[in-house]
Amino acid sequence: MIDRVDLWIVIIGLGLGSFGLRFVFTGIIGDRTLPEWVLRHLRYTAVAVLPALVAPLVVWPSATNGDLDPARLLAAAAALIVGYVSRNILASILSGAAVLYLGLYLF
Amino acid sequence: MATTTKKSVYFQGMRDGAPFLLVVGPFALLFGVVATEAGLNVYETLAFSIVVIAGAAQFTALQLLTENVPTVIVLASALAVNLRMAMYSASLTPYIGAAPIGWRALAAYFTIDQSYALSIVKFENEPYLTLAQRYAYFFGIVTLMIPGWYAMTVVGALVGKSIPPEYALDFAVPITFIAMIAPALRSVAHVAAAMVSVMLALCFTWVPYNLGLLIAAFGAMMIGARVELIMTRKAAL
Repeated sequence: MIDRVDLWIVIIGLGLGSFGLRFVFTGIIGDRTLPEWVLRHLRYTAVAVLPALVAPLVVWPSATNGDLDPARLLAAAAALIVGYVSRNILASILSGAAVLYLGLYLF
Repeated sequence: MATTTKKSVYFQGMRDGAPFLLVVGPFALLFGVVATEAGLNVYETLAFSIVVIAGAAQFTALQLLTENVPTVIVLASALAVNLRMAMYSASLTPYIGAAPIGWRALAAYFTIDQSYALSIVKFENEPYLTLAQRYAYFFGIVTLMIPGWYAMTVVGALVGKSIPPEYALDFAVPITFIAMIAPALRSVAHVAAAMVSVMLALCFTWVPYNLGLLIAAFGAMMIGARVELIMTRKAAL
């Protein structure tokens, strides 16, 4: 069970922090531009953070108590391949879900 | 196109933004479902979506909260996911930075992946747009998308409890994240960053407080930036 105080600290802190990140340049810096090396690192934040979050969830799913699960592994692969080829988030989610249910039914 | 009025640009934005309801809607629905599974009530779930409006960061925070990770680490990790918003802000500034502070604050609140992506393309392709027209277009994009985000969060929170465990909703979060990562793998540098991120995350799961996630993220960002430099140098030769 999530602690209510923790939950609200996270909601409000994340809200303020996200707004700060969105406002930092338009609001404060104005028309000055950032150094190129900072922008170069910022370009990779999404592909740097999200895979690190997902990888342990895929390899050691909590639903199977951390045991490798073929259905979940295949579902992750399907979502990745379809998403990469089609560049379509919805198609990726749907194919991942389809393979997951097929896998859970078969294995 | 000197005849382009503020109103017509606003409706253009609304039209261009409308198809993204198909992406944002199910995503918000899923957040509502996953949040109720994690024990949040409808109000808490909706508050989350209104205060934060950033799907990936919300899923990250929720996932880590259920793992009982210290609050500071939850915040640091979820904000790391949102660092790209600072990049959006930097790239929009030359186009909308001259407006009064209230407008800029409102635009900042509404800066999400879709509103940024659509408006930056428009601003670059049509440099003759006035400041007011740019804001009209930007607010047009979010007119349907943001209320849609709130509404579908509530729908998800309401139906969430009635979904039985056989539906393996535990895996909705990983699949959704993968679906966001895959289309973002645009270049060799992006692929390299993602691969390093996965490897470091799996190697550093033993690090306490989930700090392995941040180690992996910073390592991967450095690799991405480094590979980009190498590739551009190669292309210049």
